[in-house]
Amino acid sequence: MSKITGAEAIIQCLQEEGVDLIFGYPGGAVIELYDELLKSPIRHILVRHEQGAVHAADGYARASGKVGVALLTSGPGATNGVTAIATAYCDSIPVVVLTGQVPRALIGNDAFQEVDIVGITRPCTKHNYLVNDPKDLVPTLREAFYLAASGRPGPVLVDLPKDIIASAIDYPAKTQVKMPTYQPNTTPHPRQVEKACRAILKAKRPVLYVGGGVILSDSHKELTTLARRLSLPVTMTLMGLGGFPGTDPLSLGMLGMHGTYTANMAVAKSDLLIAVGSRFDDRVTGRLDAFAPEAKIIHIDIDPSSISKNVSVDIPIVADCKLALAAMNQWLDNSSDLNEGAMREQLAPWLEQLRTWEKAHPLSYVDDDEIIKPQYVIEKLQELTGGEAIITTEVGQNQMWAAQFYRFNHPRRLLTSGGLGTMGYGLPAAIGAQLAFPDKTVIDVAGDGSIQMNIQELATAKECGAPVKVAILNNSFLGMVRQWQELFYKRHYAATTMEFAPDFVTLASAYKAVGLRAKTKAEVVPVIKEALATDNVVIMDFVISREEGVFPMVPAGKATTEMLLV
Amino acid sequence: MNKHTISILMRNKPGALSRVTGLFSGRNFNIESLCVAETLDPDFSCLTLVTKGEAAIIEQVTKQLHKLIDVVTLSDISHGEYVEREMALIRVKADGHTRAEVLRIIDIFRGKVVDVSPNSYALEITGSESKINAVIDILRPIGIKEIVRTGKIAMKRAAKK
Repeated sequence: MSKITGAEAIIQCLQEEGVDLIFGYPGGAVIELYDELLKSPIRHILVRHEQGAVHAADGYARASGKVGVALLTSGPGATNGVTAIATAYCDSIPVVVLTGQVPRALIGNDAFQEVDIVGITRPCTKHNYLVNDPKDLVPTLREAFYLAASGRPGPVLVDLPKDIIASAIDYPAKTQVKMPTYQPNTTPHPRQVEKACRAILKAKRPVLYVGGGVILSDSHKELTTLARRLSLPVTMTLMGLGGFPGTDPLSLGMLGMHGTYTANMAVAKSDLLIAVGSRFDDRVTGRLDAFAPEAKIIHIDIDPSSISKNVSVDIPIVADCKLALAAMNQWLDNSSDLNEGAMREQLAPWLEQLRTWEKAHPLSYVDDDEIIKPQYVIEKLQELTGGEAIITTEVGQNQMWAAQFYRFNHPRRLLTSGGLGTMGYGLPAAIGAQLAFPDKTVIDVAGDGSIQMNIQELATAKECGAPVKVAILNNSFLGMVRQWQELFYKRHYAATTMEFAPDFVTLASAYKAVGLRAKTKAEVVPVIKEALATDNVVIMDFVISREEGVFPMVPAGKATTEMLLV
Repeated sequence: MNKHTISILMRNKPGALSRVTGLFSGRNFNIESLCVAETLDPDFSCLTLVTKGEAAIIEQVTKQLHKLIDVVTLSDISHGEYVEREMALIRVKADGHTRAEVLRIIDIFRGKVVDVSPNSYALEITGSESKINAVIDILRPIGIKEIVRTGKIAMKRAAKK
């Protein structure tokens, strides 16, 4: 067999893995690889900052379910990607990041653009590699893709020394990746499934508490079937939104710090909490000892270390959510104990209680005839997109309003940095999502602060023809921190007043995009309509009521029943 | 808070050890001692780690360790019967009348003299942690100049039929 170069082998391997799109930024250490990439059918998207490359790969992965790929050069190229890698890690997103490295002979020599990126990213990747031998190159890449997508997904980084990329290798035939030290358990234990089902059939006040695992494992159908057949109310975490239809009468909306009154009360009073692909994050639980105090807890998760990490679990099921939910549905199919009518009757008082809470404290805001309320903007975005758009968000108030007021009916429609809370995520992620789905409307719901963290990616969007729409909820504040300062720091607005921002409409035109502004409520709908009708990148600058808050709100460290309401 | 001795079999790869130690520091877990060397099969190494914590913390530690791709198996061997050893090299002042006394003490503890100078002995002593602590306590009044301890290594006892 004739030898090929490392660069050729990498491209061949990427194609074998089904990669047709890479986000990246070239540099000295990867110049050979770019030379080869140019000849290949793989499309390369040149970003304007490496953080954007990894976020875009992440957005692509979240929207499509496929592994996203980013290619960065050594040193600063790699370190610029770190925030985005950590973002993907916190939300368990399958991404493979290829970084260039100085030649092996120079490693450890403080060479130009050398950094120990494997050392730096060890705690924020699922796994990472430095390829130290040409013969390991292809097997390592195959492992990287396998690891990124299987089990609990996550980012995997492969560091490629320049001389490895240039080396001559024999391309190994494709084989099934076998890793004896990595065998995630995906199938549920039948006895645990039975225990869980029996507990549900006995429950009087059950709540399904659904997280990002349902989205990642594509188990929304199984979940919806289970919830509807047993009349189980469903609350979702930020990462779980869309895992169950948000407009379904059984949906309680989001829970936690900015969750709905009903969802938080339901969890607090429930006698059985069924956690599916969720991890009892502090933003969900609030004060731990007051979280679901009366509930028995079922927890389905593929990661054993998530079980009983924060909250002690009564019935753990370590498995892929899809397989576990399917097994539960199957058990119920075959069970003579299940009487769906009787179940509805058994839960009637509970569902009635939930409706009472909902009526007393629905998700709401005080609207205004003149001033634009951010919640109104989100409602109109939903209405005018038929709820079918892919929404990405930045982080802060914009993120919470989008999560609260856009009722997601489908999975993979809300792409947001939930775990790490990375400002600057939304725009590059929107580009990734738009490239995965060229025909869909993709909207980045942004704040005037966070949009400026990766605003340079407007150029990427223009260059690659991704007509994403950016909806800036502009209050000239770093709004979420301002809200905390208002509530807990005597309105001392330390460093949160952003008096100066660029004129976003003019800025849009500088990028040859379209800039639109709405200053009054009446202008909101026309602006959105025009944006949606425009086949170009659009920035919508909504000048919103400055000191609007996100409510309900559970103050940090409080029980989730101690909500500040509108 | 109990001490736990965790025995980890892992791939002998560059960076594997720092994945383990990084996990402890990154998650605010505590390492009391750590000992690592390759096994009969040079592709793998065995690591003995002593940590302290409440049961729930130890459970979380072991689950997180298990998640590391380089970790093959691990067990909290302090749950069952096991043998443990630690070694110390101790340089102790030995001049005039104390020279003989040091030799007597080390003989009682079945240690060895591994280096001699006109005014000191370097001693090698192995045993459980408490035995080594006992030797140190006895030698301290004589004058310990330097001490190096290995940390604990441990092995499960074979099942008795």
